Amino acid sequence: MSALGTVFLQSTNFIDALYIVAFSLMIYGMSGLTGPRTAVRGNQTAAVGMAVAVIATLLRKGEFHGSATVWLIIVGLIIGTVVGVPAARNVKMTAMPQMVALFNGVGGGAVALIAWVEFRHHFGGGWPLRSEIFELFGAIVGSVSFWGSMIAFGKLQELLPGRPIKLAGQSVINLVLLVIAVGGAVVLSAGTHSQALFILTILVAAALLGIMVVLPIGGADMPVVISLLNAFTGLSAAATGVALSNPVMIVAGMIVGASGTILTDQMAKAMNRSVPAIVAGGFGGAVAAPTAAAGETGGTVRSTSPADVAIQLSYARQVVIAPGYGMAVAQAQHAVRELERALEAKGVTVKYAIHPVAGRMPGHMNVLLAEADVPYDLLREMDDINPEFSRTDVTLVIGANDVTNPAAKNEPGSPIYGMPILEVDRSGSVIVLKRSMASGFAGIDNPLFYDPKTAMLFGDAKQSVGDVTAEVQAL
Amino acid sequence: MDRLVIDIAVLVLAGFVGFAVISKVPNTLHTPLMSGTNAIHGIVVLGGLLLMSEAHGVLEDVLLVIAVAFGTINVIGGFLVTDRMLGMFKAKTPPKAEDTDGEGTGS
Repeated sequence: MSALGTVFLQSTNFIDALYIVAFSLMIYGMSGLTGPRTAVRGNQTAAVGMAVAVIATLLRKGEFHGSATVWLIIVGLIIGTVVGVPAARNVKMTAMPQMVALFNGVGGGAVALIAWVEFRHHFGGGWPLRSEIFELFGAIVGSVSFWGSMIAFGKLQELLPGRPIKLAGQSVINLVLLVIAVGGAVVLSAGTHSQALFILTILVAAALLGIMVVLPIGGADMPVVISLLNAFTGLSAAATGVALSNPVMIVAGMIVGASGTILTDQMAKAMNRSVPAIVAGGFGGAVAAPTAAAGETGGTVRSTSPADVAIQLSYARQVVIAPGYGMAVAQAQHAVRELERALEAKGVTVKYAIHPVAGRMPGHMNVLLAEADVPYDLLREMDDINPEFSRTDVTLVIGANDVTNPAAKNEPGSPIYGMPILEVDRSGSVIVLKRSMASGFAGIDNPLFYDPKTAMLFGDAKQSVGDVTAEVQAL
Repeated sequence: MDRLVIDIAVLVLAGFVGFAVISKVPNTLHTPLMSGTNAIHGIVVLGGLLLMSEAHGVLEDVLLVIAVAFGTINVIGGFLVTDRMLGMFKAKTPPKAEDTDGEGTGS
């Protein structure tokens, strides 16, 4: 290549132009996610945009003056690839919440590390205050995201207990940690002699804050937490983008921030809870006395057999399946698909009712059922399916509990009162597949189980669904 | 105009664009949306790349290699797992004439 050509490729204008191409491709790609048919190409378009951004950055003049730099970059890229590719290839769809938590975490971690190095470079001043402020924001939020996500991962992977872990004076400790992190940031940007100490103090205080905030959050609140951490990592990336004055980092970070914020809001609404209340920990006052209320609702539970369920389902016109986290735990999605096929072969209309917070992350059930080859047009969102329950003969609740609990509608005293639910109790009859009579993650008793038109089929969901399918096919 | 003002203008506009685009994503695709935004977040790898040439000493080298590796995990892992997931979403009826623009459910 001619010398002139090299100069052109490394010119700031050309690189900025490539950055604009890069974020345009990313935005265009993300807009493909508005429908399953355009989503695959959208994701690929965004990936091309990312490749353009990386190549443009590597073109920058003088980035490669030392051969050591090149090798370090290659080592980093190789480690990332060696870890990332097998993880993406092999992860089970049931484990997607953990995967996303981990990805949120490493993203936040990268931001925190970059901020740390930036501060080491600028010890002794010579750095514009505004860059410092944005980088400090990135350091705090990145560190919170990394450690918070690690705890979320630990809970989802069941390395840590899924139930809320509460300490005495939790909110005071959190407040103190926040004050240390923010106060340290203010002192650091005002100029101090012990900068190395301060940036480390900030990172450590933020790390402890991330851990302390996520530890008291229970499994059922995970969709909100994962979305919130997603929003945090995005905003921290955008802040780093401002500090480094890099437009593509700003745009990409804000897209992620917007996405995380929208999801957090939707998940919190679907649980009728405020984000601060969730972050403050636990399930309101209900955590203290979960089992005390159980059984007091009274009534008897009617147990049924796979053969009876099969007969009921086979002679129905319309069956709605309402899956929950229990289906994921039992890996029952393929068995459910088989049952759906067997029923369709008998002329029964089958639909799926998906509550926004069913599972451990936004859209978790949809992915599991898609994995089992369930066509996405059979998956109905809560608002679409609720009017249909009155026209439904049998609803099959598989491993879902709180999202079907009529107490959310009928009992103003219930901790989940006001939460929008799947109104399964309106259908002709309800069959609940459940391992045992243990209450859901919220620890709240479910009057649905005692409803005269409800029958319980106890046992492992996968086994139960398989038995029912066999009986349906034998009919 | 000051570069900072431009950067903040970009930040605000990108926020609005992000809200406009993402709010149209249906619930069905929320999990791929999250893994896809994980991949987009991998843009932080640029920060690692930009700082690498200025790194002094072993500590900074190590920190930045980890940062680049983290960013790469986000980019590669995120796009791959999203692609894998989206490939699973299939319609019951074959795409009608108006939507057969060639992508997606072919595999």
